[in-house]
Amino acid sequence: MAAPQYSLMELMTVVAAREVADGEVVFAGTGLPMLGVMLAQKTHAPGCIIIFEAGTVASRLAHLPMSVGDPRAMRGAAMAAGLNEVFTYVLQAGRVDVGFLSGAQVDRFGNINSTSIGADPRRPSVRFSGSGGACDIACLAKRTIIIAKHEKRRFPEKVDYVTSPGWLEGGESRKASGLVRGGPDVVVTTMGVIRFRPDSKAPYLASCHPGLSPAAVAAETEFALDIREAGETPPPSQAELQILREVVDPERIFLK
Amino acid sequence: MPGKLIGLKEAAALVPDGAALSIGGFTTQRHPMAFVYELVRAKRRGLYLFGHSPGGDWDVLIGAGCVKRVELAYEADEAFNTVGPRWRRAVERGEIEWEDYSNFSMVARFTAGAMGIPFMPVRSLLGSDLVRKDALTPEARAADPRTAAKKAHVMDSPFDPADRVVLVPAIHTEFAVLHVQKATEGGTTRIEGQSYADVQMALCADTVIVTAEEIVEEDALRRTPEQNLLPFFAVNHVCHVPFGAHPYAVYGYYDYDPLQLQAYHESARDDDAYRAYLDRYVFGVRDHRAYLEAVGGADRLDGLRAAPEFGYSPGLKRRL
Repeated sequence: MAAPQYSLMELMTVVAAREVADGEVVFAGTGLPMLGVMLAQKTHAPGCIIIFEAGTVASRLAHLPMSVGDPRAMRGAAMAAGLNEVFTYVLQAGRVDVGFLSGAQVDRFGNINSTSIGADPRRPSVRFSGSGGACDIACLAKRTIIIAKHEKRRFPEKVDYVTSPGWLEGGESRKASGLVRGGPDVVVTTMGVIRFRPDSKAPYLASCHPGLSPAAVAAETEFALDIREAGETPPPSQAELQILREVVDPERIFLK
Repeated sequence: MPGKLIGLKEAAALVPDGAALSIGGFTTQRHPMAFVYELVRAKRRGLYLFGHSPGGDWDVLIGAGCVKRVELAYEADEAFNTVGPRWRRAVERGEIEWEDYSNFSMVARFTAGAMGIPFMPVRSLLGSDLVRKDALTPEARAADPRTAAKKAHVMDSPFDPADRVVLVPAIHTEFAVLHVQKATEGGTTRIEGQSYADVQMALCADTVIVTAEEIVEEDALRRTPEQNLLPFFAVNHVCHVPFGAHPYAVYGYYDYDPLQLQAYHESARDDDAYRAYLDRYVFGVRDHRAYLEAVGGADRLDGLRAAPEFGYSPGLKRRL
C-alpha cells in the first residue's frame, strides 16, 4: 500500500493532537488548538476533557467550533457556565493538565506574542487580536502544547510582546516570576517538533517532518536551534488522516 | 412589578456620548447587535468600552468612529477573521486609546466590580508584558476617572511572602447591554448555553439594558428559577429583539451568518468599501426590521435557525 499523502498542515495537526493523552483535562485556545483537541478526542484520547474558556466543560464535539464560544462547544458538554467559572475553578485552581495554544510569534523560550509587532507597544506597526485567554492558559495549565505555522518571522529570538509567558528568559526565570506551575512542553510546527532542555529551557529540534532536513528547519528559524538530536516525525496514519478530513474538519474550516 | 419594556431606539438614546459601557456576548456569539447598530445610527461618540473578548460588536463601533477608549483582552471574530479589521486599523493609525489585559483578568475585574470590592487577585499575568507594559500613559489614566490609576499591581501574599499574585482593578460602568434568549417584561433574565461574563458585566453597571429573542411570562421563568441568571431588580430596561444578535449566533435560536460576516470582513479591508457597508446595512436602514430585510429577510434568516437537537445549524455552509 502506498504511503498516505498529506499536507504539512495536516501533519502538524496530527502530531500536536498526539501530545494529548487520554483522560487529560485540556484547555484549548482558539484556532488550530480547537482542530488539534477535537482530533485527539476523535482518535486516541476519547476520554480527554475539553475545556473552552467561554464556559463549557467536557464537550463531546460533533462539529468543529469556529469560536471557543461557538454553540458547537455545547454539544455533549457535562456543564456550561461562563468564563469566570472555568478560569477560576478549573484553570487557576490547577485542574488543567494541558493548555493548547497558538500565536503569531513564538520565541526561543516558547513565549508567545498575540498582541502586536513593534518595539513600542504604544505605537505598534501591526496589531493582532490580543491575548484572549492565551496568557491565562500559558500561566496556569500544568503544561502547554503550542501549535504554529513555521515561518522565519514567526520564530524570532525574542517576541516583541510577551502575551503568553513560556519559559521567559530560560532557566529558573519562569519560577522566579511567581508563576506557580506550567510552561511550554512542545512546539509543533509545519516543519518539526521543538522541545526544551529540562534545566536551561534551551530549545532543540526533537524531530523534523518527513521530507525536510533539520538544517532546513533551522534555516527557517530566527533563533538558534540545536538540531543534533533531531529524528524524523512519525507520519500520520491513514486512520488519523481520514478522521481529520472526514470527521473533524470536513468543511475545511482550518485545513486548507 | 412595573413593566420595563422599551423600544430599541429609546434604549439606545439612554446612552450618551462619552458613556462607559460593556456589551455582552463573546466574539461571534450573542452580542446585542441591533442595539449596537442603533448606537452607530445615532452617531454616538467618545464611548468607553470594557470587555473580555468582543468581536464585530466593538469592531463596528470602532469602525464607525463611536469609540474613544477600550480596555480588553481580545477583539476578533475568531475563525472568521483572526483580528478585528477596524480595531487593527484604529490602533495602527493611532485613532483609539486602549489597554490590554487577558480574558481571565478582565473577567476578574468585572467580578470585583460586581462584588463591590476594589480589586481581585489573580495568579495569571505574571511574567507577561500584560503586567509589565501599559498602553495607556499615566497622563491618559489620570485624565479619566473611569480608568484605574494603575493597570495592575503585583503583590506577595500577606499570608505567605513566597506566594505572588497580581491585583487587577474593579470595573464600574454606566451601562451594560446584553442580548439574551429569554427575558420577562419585569427584567428576569435567562441565558442559555455559555453565559460568558454577561452576569458580571451586568452587576457592575449602573444601568442594565437587556435585549431578548423572546419576552416570556414571569411565571414561566419562575417555574425553574435555577436557570435564571439575573433577577428582575438587576435589570432596568428590556427590549424585544428577535434576531437581535445577527450576524452572530444565539445558542438554541440561530447560528452565525457566514455570508454576512464575509461581506463585513471583505468591506473592512478598505475605507470606502467599509463606509459603503455601513451605508447599506446601518445608516441606510431605519430600524432592525429594515436591517433584517436588507440582509435577506426570512429566506436568509430561516437558513440560520438552530436545529433543536443541536442548538445550532449543523448543515450550515460555513466556508464560502
